[in-house]
Amino acid sequence: MLDGNHAAAEGVRLSRAQVIAAYPITPQSPVTEKLSEFVEGRELEAQYIAVESEHSALAVCTSASTVGARTFTATSSHGLAYMHEMLHWAAGARLPVVLACVNRAIGAPWNVLNDQQDSISQRDTGWIQIYARNNQEILDSIIQAYKIAESVYVPVMVCYDGYVLSHTEMPVDVPPQEAVDRFLPRYKPHTILDPANPKNYNLVTLANPRINAEGVLCHGYMELRYLLQEALQNSRDTIVKVGREFGEVFDRSYANMFWEDRLDDADIVIVAMGSLAMEAIVAADMLREGGHKVGVLGLRVFRPFPKADVAKTLEKSRLIVVFDKNISYGLEGATCSEIKSALYGSSARAVIRNFVVGLGGRDVKAREMVDAVNKSLLSVNDGDLNREYPEWICAI
Amino acid sequence: MPSEGDYAMKSTAVNMTEKEYLLPGNRTCPGCALSLAYRYILKALEGQVIATVPASCLTVLHGMYPVTSVTVPCVNTPFATTAASATGLVAGLKALGKEGLTVLAIAGDGGTHDIGIQALSAAAERQTDFLYICYDNEGYMNTGNQRSGSTPLGAISGTTPILGKQQNQKDIAAIMEAHCIPYVATVDASYPLDLYEKVRKAKTIRGTRFIHVFTPCPPGWSFPFNNTISIGKLAVETGWVILYEVEDGVFRLSEGSESVARRGNLKPLREYLVEQGRFKNITEEQIEALQHWVNARWKRCLDRAANS
Repeated sequence: MLDGNHAAAEGVRLSRAQVIAAYPITPQSPVTEKLSEFVEGRELEAQYIAVESEHSALAVCTSASTVGARTFTATSSHGLAYMHEMLHWAAGARLPVVLACVNRAIGAPWNVLNDQQDSISQRDTGWIQIYARNNQEILDSIIQAYKIAESVYVPVMVCYDGYVLSHTEMPVDVPPQEAVDRFLPRYKPHTILDPANPKNYNLVTLANPRINAEGVLCHGYMELRYLLQEALQNSRDTIVKVGREFGEVFDRSYANMFWEDRLDDADIVIVAMGSLAMEAIVAADMLREGGHKVGVLGLRVFRPFPKADVAKTLEKSRLIVVFDKNISYGLEGATCSEIKSALYGSSARAVIRNFVVGLGGRDVKAREMVDAVNKSLLSVNDGDLNREYPEWICAI
Repeated sequence: MPSEGDYAMKSTAVNMTEKEYLLPGNRTCPGCALSLAYRYILKALEGQVIATVPASCLTVLHGMYPVTSVTVPCVNTPFATTAASATGLVAGLKALGKEGLTVLAIAGDGGTHDIGIQALSAAAERQTDFLYICYDNEGYMNTGNQRSGSTPLGAISGTTPILGKQQNQKDIAAIMEAHCIPYVATVDASYPLDLYEKVRKAKTIRGTRFIHVFTPCPPGWSFPFNNTISIGKLAVETGWVILYEVEDGVFRLSEGSESVARRGNLKPLREYLVEQGRFKNITEEQIEALQHWVNARWKRCLDRAANS
């Protein structure tokens, strides 16, 4: 039995991270404590740097990565926000850093409990984002994250819900080190900082391509940004391939971008991400008892967003109900926007409803999800496909 | 304490390495003291270095992709992160078992006194094994000369445009000394041999080493670019800059300032101030306050030198 934070730390240990830098924040702190225990107890040969801020934590990781070390950091909420500049930097510099984000609400006002506003706010920083539904997925995703990041040179954020997973014990299979070593080879960077072959990284780069000292035309800033976008677009195949390989070694396959529960015959689909996708399965059970053909699409990878896969899977739905533990203020929940965007131009004619739930640790009950679906079903008969703004499950 | 013999081989223009690590034709302004200082810093480190640089004039010196004027490996890093970035380099090299390289963190006064001080203070407290050099041109010169924590009282800058700055600068070397690190030194780009020797010494010491380099800035301070060296020397002769080392807590005046001490008197600070357009609106009261501050600091240093 491991709680989510312990599962994350085990994943980092098994991945043989070489430089770990972190700053404590609730509910992430036990990850850093467990990792420092591994390092001091010589269970993990790594440099553990107890930095003075999250901004520095990620700066330590990015520079350690430029000399060829495998790096890890973990944070939550305000810590992730404080890292924002460095999140852009890590992705822009194409460094395969892995970060665990223990999802927590962000202030003001203060709140230490779970929602996904923190990582969703960082979606445009160029990181791959993977969300775990349970503690086994946390451990497995971290190991996969290194293989993905080091293949495509894009940093990976593994997100899991604070308290709901981070402080809740569940059965977790901790694979043997030899098996992980077989799956995840040592990091061999394509280029490192080395006086034997001096290079300058992250120099001022003009918008247009520019000729180097040998007369070769080199990329401008715009081309570098294109390549980052291309890397994320193409990373879908790597993510699925790595997930399949993981299944071959450990008998737990992740050859998908999202989890499907009873979607084959479903005309009503609940969409949720993280641990909420497990609660959605309970809600689907209840709705099926009432005679509805309900399935669940549990988003696993939020960036790159699996537009084509989602469109294909949801094409025949009559009703899609998206639950978001985040809000893009002035619009709607972020995953709902992505689902709508994925369906544009497809043959889908589904009614889409969005519910904002669970902010700041507000409990989300399966019963409430059932009620939300039943309420949404009423609009199917009205032919009212879209609403301007989401509905909230709260007291207002 | 190292014995006299350790440094008997004094560096001179003759025995200094001929190899250049900073190529000619970089993008700094004419008369840039940073460009001079960096040349000797890199010579002293003899190429066995990985540097990290935040947003600053040094970024400009390093050039624009895909061309650089520097032949040592370097990672540019966000403004606040110089010392954290250097920490990452040190940790990464250690994790990979690579030895024999100096990690050089080098930032301006904005990047050191202001936005970078949190990361620097923490790295020094962790006794991270790197050499941190602050080149101090007393303002945000790369962004066009705005006031920093190192801009002197009375100096006009982009953000103190009429009245001049109303506060004293902070003494960053003293702040760093308070971190109980093994080596703190001050140097002035007009004294390149002193600079060269101190960097060479710093490179042999383990733990956090801090060197403060005074780098006059012709456009920012409004003086003709052929006066960089004389302004730097006047700074020492007036006591505005005091050249010293603190090695394992033991204070020692360095030759430039020691010879001023031997002569027995500082030149009046006014002689230094009138050479620079940035002090054109300074008041008599401010000059008096600055002179008082310089005198007090000078006396403190002489007392320390006599007692150590």
